[in-house]
Amino acid sequence: MTKTYDAIVVGGGHNGLTCAAYLARAGRSVLVLEARHVLGGAAVTEEIYPGFKFNVYSYVVSLLRPEVIRELELAKHGLQIHPIDSVFSPMEDGNHIVFPTDPAQERDELKRHSARDAEMMPRFTDLMYKMAHAVKPILGYVPPNPSRQGWRDLQTTRQLGKHVGGLDKRTFSELTKLMTMSVDDFLAEYFETDLIRATTGLSGIIGTMLGVKSPGTAYVLLHHYMGELDGAYTAWGAQKGGTGAVSDAIASAALSYGAEIKLEAPVSEVMVKNGSAVGVATEQGDEFYAKAVVSGCDPKVTFRKLVAEKELPADFVTAVDNIKFRGSSGKVNLALDRLPTFTAMPDPALMSGSIAISPSVDYIERAYDDAKYGGFSQRPCMEVEVPTTVDPTMAPPGKHVMSIFVQYASYDASEAPSRDLRRDAFGDAVIDTLSEFAPDLKDVILHKQVLTPWDMEHTIGLTEGNIFQGELTLDQLFFFRPVTGWADYRTPIRNYYQCGSGTHPGGGVTAGPGRLAAREILGGKL
Amino acid sequence: MARNSPLHSRTEPLCRGSRWEEWSGFLAATMYELDHVHEYHAIRNGCALFDVSPLLKFDIRGRDAVALVDRVIVRDATQCRVGQMLYATWCDDDGMVIDDGTVARLADDHFRMTASVPILGWLEDGAVGLEVQIEDVSEKVAGVAVQGPTSRDLLQRLTHHDLSSLGFFRCTTTDVSGVPSLISRTGYTGDLGYEVFMDPADVVHVWDSIMEIAGDHQLLPAGTIALDLARLEGGLLLIDADFTSAFQTTFHVKKTSPYELGLGWMVDLDKDFYIGQQALRSENERGSRWRTVGLELDVVAMEQFYAEWGMPLPLPQRPWADEVPVYADADQTRHIGRGTSGSWSPVLKKYIVIARLEPEYAGLGSEVFIEEMIEAVSHSVPATVVSMPFFDPPRKRARGAMES
Repeated sequence: MTKTYDAIVVGGGHNGLTCAAYLARAGRSVLVLEARHVLGGAAVTEEIYPGFKFNVYSYVVSLLRPEVIRELELAKHGLQIHPIDSVFSPMEDGNHIVFPTDPAQERDELKRHSARDAEMMPRFTDLMYKMAHAVKPILGYVPPNPSRQGWRDLQTTRQLGKHVGGLDKRTFSELTKLMTMSVDDFLAEYFETDLIRATTGLSGIIGTMLGVKSPGTAYVLLHHYMGELDGAYTAWGAQKGGTGAVSDAIASAALSYGAEIKLEAPVSEVMVKNGSAVGVATEQGDEFYAKAVVSGCDPKVTFRKLVAEKELPADFVTAVDNIKFRGSSGKVNLALDRLPTFTAMPDPALMSGSIAISPSVDYIERAYDDAKYGGFSQRPCMEVEVPTTVDPTMAPPGKHVMSIFVQYASYDASEAPSRDLRRDAFGDAVIDTLSEFAPDLKDVILHKQVLTPWDMEHTIGLTEGNIFQGELTLDQLFFFRPVTGWADYRTPIRNYYQCGSGTHPGGGVTAGPGRLAAREILGGKL
Repeated sequence: MARNSPLHSRTEPLCRGSRWEEWSGFLAATMYELDHVHEYHAIRNGCALFDVSPLLKFDIRGRDAVALVDRVIVRDATQCRVGQMLYATWCDDDGMVIDDGTVARLADDHFRMTASVPILGWLEDGAVGLEVQIEDVSEKVAGVAVQGPTSRDLLQRLTHHDLSSLGFFRCTTTDVSGVPSLISRTGYTGDLGYEVFMDPADVVHVWDSIMEIAGDHQLLPAGTIALDLARLEGGLLLIDADFTSAFQTTFHVKKTSPYELGLGWMVDLDKDFYIGQQALRSENERGSRWRTVGLELDVVAMEQFYAEWGMPLPLPQRPWADEVPVYADADQTRHIGRGTSGSWSPVLKKYIVIARLEPEYAGLGSEVFIEEMIEAVSHSVPATVVSMPFFDPPRKRARGAMES
């Protein structure tokens, strides 16, 4: 007699692991099946070059829900995040801007560029905090179904209405603008300095195939103000030992509650019988049975790969096919012999913060222009971190790893070898551009890893390489995520659930979808 | 006016915000950067460098050195071997704590006590009839502390002594970057760490050699705020926060005994006579007024209180020291003690408080309420009594290399 689990989770990404941990914590028998040899999905750290650990994909932590940290006791299981709280952004003319943590220092620095903007920044920051605080509870709701309006849907809608209705006029109006405007238009209402708008606006386009002047990008900016590690909004940080250690901490919690985890067990099919999920089959031909199957994969994989089309209503299939993935970001990871020198950097301590290559609004928009019709930016926007400046566990003493998040690189469906040539050219464009700001960079590189959206699809299964499992645009958020009517983690197939970033509240290492999915599966109680 | 420590030429240019405080008459940096956060994380992830020169140090030498130390501390000094250190308290005649500190046995007839409250005269008074020389060496011995997971690897590069053989609360005389030094495996962070003491003329050289290789070991110079947060997590008491020295108040109600501070484990009632022994014996029979415990605050309930005021939860990012009322009930009808210091703990992701409570409410797991003032209105935040230290990594005591 084969064992029937209470639940099988497909995919050991951080959300799948979170869902498994909550289910196991509630006493359910749970099996997690991960295709790769490591856990974490995109939240993974791997020793790509001997002695050097790379945050291969996801590289910072901010949005991880505090309730998940608390309820799963993640600190006890190894969660340890140190802050990345300054931003250094060099300009092409050798000038620079720094966003430090100290308000007085920030005022002085901004004043070098504009006295008006220096005055405005604290007010702007306050407003963003206020809006983040206003929107935050939404991250913890199961989205209502606008087409059904059952008791619970009405209840949630009412709560939401009450919450948003409680906002003062100014905040409400700004919130509406945020939901609709382009990030640059929004910032232009506050700041006159191009560089301030460029550096701040960069977070509006991350993971999205849109430019800073495309409507709808302002919301993503707010998304970046919602992190609240240690109770401070906008706190960004890096996990000790790499982002993969966040996944390991969640896995450790799941195991402590009795969950089982199998690596190198790629699921080929979710078995459906009479409209109900009954288990999964792996590529190796093993079958596992369960009362419920939960997919942590993105909606495309969940509905168009793991189950047969005939099991799903036709309009649902169309809605899934209409989800915009359009991977827009690449990643270059470097092993370094020593720290490179950024010529415009006024203080070497800024190496432990974030380095933004977004020297002007037009620079970002041009980078988008390059990639809009396919291909990659000739001079890309970048966000650079060197976690080894504070974390001794990721490289040998004195050596460093550098994570370079690159925007834009479009999904390239062409065949090898032309795809490989293009990847090489993309990697060269990144290093060449970064070398303009840090001339000795090429001298200190020991190893280089270049990843395009195509690579992300083919290593960790993200459709078209979209890091959020579906773009974070307003038409794909909340009750639209992943498709209207199915935002409550259920699917048209009975006992088949979804828990990935493709569901509310969306992408980033939030663990929010995993937790909310578990709550739904457990009948509303964790 | 506070004076400059022997390291001032090095610490002053690093202290970017010029945020100093007074420590035993000397200037001590509260933080070098404009925020303590990086310095705190260096203690837990890499390591941090502290100027501990202002620490008061008293040398006791001579045939009866052990007898004097045994006469003043509540622990059994005769059991302290050469190269060993004790964490100890010393009390007044009423068994009330004067101070806590370390006691090192540097030779058979040579001890060194570190302290926050001057005790030269008191030691001399206690030495009646004993053959000892007592000396305040505070300004003859300077020191630095290197604290954090990478501290051993860093320090090992500067000394010939095999540090993997130096156990927790052990010390040795050796060289550090060519300078004769005393290295002890002690500190005030609750982490792996060392303190290094040497002639004040040499301390700048040692500081420089450490800073030279700082980048290889993720070391940052750190100030007293980061230190305070680390010591709180490590469950280490802070004078003037968690207790008041019996030498610095005349009022009995302000004083506390070792039992009341959770240090009953170190009180040896059976050894030869020492100052405060009688009083401690009778307290042991009679029972104590207080017990010092850890509290973990319910931040979900606290967040709710703030939400009712339309505000987000402001978790304290820097440690506070205060006297915050603790009650047995949410209605605040039964007062049972006080919180004395507290902070949000970044490494534990919990709001922790050291508190002094009536013994009957101080059992592990006991549910109490601590006051939180919001807009000048008192709220009762639920809290649970937990054991201390709050944070206690195995590397703190481990021998040899483990977890960096």
